[in-house]
Amino acid sequence: MTMLVLCDHDRGTLADASLEALTFGRDLAAAAGVSCEAVVIGKGAEGAVGQLAAYGAAVVHLASHDVLTDFGPEAWGETLAQLVASCGASVVTACGTDRGNEVLAQLAARLDEPFVANCREVDPSGDTWSLTRVQWGGSLLEDATLTADHKIVSVAHHVVEAAPASEPAAGTVAAFSPDLDASLARTVVTDRVVLSRGITLSTAPVVVGGGRGVGSAEAFAPLEELAAELGGVVGCSRAVTNNGWRPHSDQVGQTGTRIAPQVYIASGISGAIQHWVGAMASKHILAINTDREANIVTRADWAVIADLHKVIPAITEEIRRRRG
Amino acid sequence: MRILVCVKRVPAPGAKINITADGRAVDTAHLGFTTSPHEECAVEEAVQIAEAHGGEVTVLTLGPAEAEEQLRYAASVGAHSLVLVPIEEVDWDPQRTAAALTATISGIEAAEGAFDLLLFGNESADAGGFQVGVRVAHALGRPIVNGIKGIDVGDGSVTARREIDGGFEVYEVPTPAVLGVKEGINLPRYPTMKGRLASKKAALVTIEQSTEAGGQLRERLHRPVEQVSETVILGEGPEAAAAVVDVLEELGVLA
Repeated sequence: MTMLVLCDHDRGTLADASLEALTFGRDLAAAAGVSCEAVVIGKGAEGAVGQLAAYGAAVVHLASHDVLTDFGPEAWGETLAQLVASCGASVVTACGTDRGNEVLAQLAARLDEPFVANCREVDPSGDTWSLTRVQWGGSLLEDATLTADHKIVSVAHHVVEAAPASEPAAGTVAAFSPDLDASLARTVVTDRVVLSRGITLSTAPVVVGGGRGVGSAEAFAPLEELAAELGGVVGCSRAVTNNGWRPHSDQVGQTGTRIAPQVYIASGISGAIQHWVGAMASKHILAINTDREANIVTRADWAVIADLHKVIPAITEEIRRRRG
Repeated sequence: MRILVCVKRVPAPGAKINITADGRAVDTAHLGFTTSPHEECAVEEAVQIAEAHGGEVTVLTLGPAEAEEQLRYAASVGAHSLVLVPIEEVDWDPQRTAAALTATISGIEAAEGAFDLLLFGNESADAGGFQVGVRVAHALGRPIVNGIKGIDVGDGSVTARREIDGGFEVYEVPTPAVLGVKEGINLPRYPTMKGRLASKKAALVTIEQSTEAGGQLRERLHRPVEQVSETVILGEGPEAAAAVVDVLEELGVLA
């Protein structure tokens, strides 16, 4: 019996989330008594085989076809469905990223099977599995059961720490040529627009966040300065984007970006559920708030109970002073 | 253009979500309700497209009878027709929901003509199944792309932009198409007084569906165990800056 782990890559560069999926997948495969095999779809993925083996892939299926020039949810979903049939897989998993969940949904629709998104724990003993999955972006958990011939589950992002297997697996390469209709090209990426080549909200080691307490678009300037000083970026709460002070791409939260920096400096942010679930994967949180009882303050490692407009410039100044 | 938007009524939580004693649902005793955020933006997008290119916007929801409130809200910001698929339970599983929506959309299209564009939210704010739109699109044989934060309507196709880290992917999708929309595609308008009054009179059709439960069954909800952190207060004014920078130095982010 086989489990397939969908490993996402961007034109050959393996996504970190894929390593989380494999770390999760190889333990689940062991518990379910099935073989853990990776699937990489599209061109240029050959270079990733060694890494996939180190993370526990006994077999690496490399799927290629003329339609698979770039990411395409329908073409990827159809490829996966054909591979499931071809290798008799009974379990399919991926990391619960936008792409991972979308492709598994495509697969589930094609196989007419359930799909359980964003699991934290899976108990694969028995025909009916017990799982714990994420609701409300992570602020609630749902215990559920899954009954299906093909078990399709994604693992919530940032839940598993990616780590190589104690012993590398074989990583035997198996080429796969799906039979894809040319019409599936209708949802393949046709072009890309690059807005930033530098660090981004989801990769920054430091995020300086501002909420309603910042007060205006202009008042974000000191936050920008501090972020630049720390090699980080500015993020914001939903209240800020709703007020039009910052673009939505800066929003940290359930409907924005999930961040996981070394330190999140949250200023003038109360820490409503919507925001918290986007920030909770931060390694450390430093809150700057006038309200000692604010949700974000009680969840922070450190806090300064004061007006951010005074504290943030003082921090920037102190950093510059120490650097001389 | 004929556009249909699927929306979901969800609780509007603040800092904390409570759960009912039996663990089956969110305790909504002290909460208001809203349209799931991605879908509120989908409604706005549909109304903007209809304003720019002409057309009609239908808003469909599967939910309790009270979800009429979210449908009326959609009408108050410009939707033309409202459809409710009533359910008795708190929520239906994704397969069952998708089957009911597919049957409803097929029924409307058989009577009134096909939609050019179906819009879904990328995922619902509460259950977050990440699949209903994909299942409906597949059942109807139409293309779908999720994560969309920009739509340009062309002749026989739509150009859709999906946010990725540091930029956008672009898709050219032939119509009739289905798109899963994300918040940030627009800033939804607030209803005007005129809109509110008109929404009370907007026609609302109720269509019953009885579809079978899928393979995912909810047992109970619970809150994750929170790591209680002892917050260290570094100070109560700008003089805390030195202590803050000490912490940043210790974390190694000053290098």
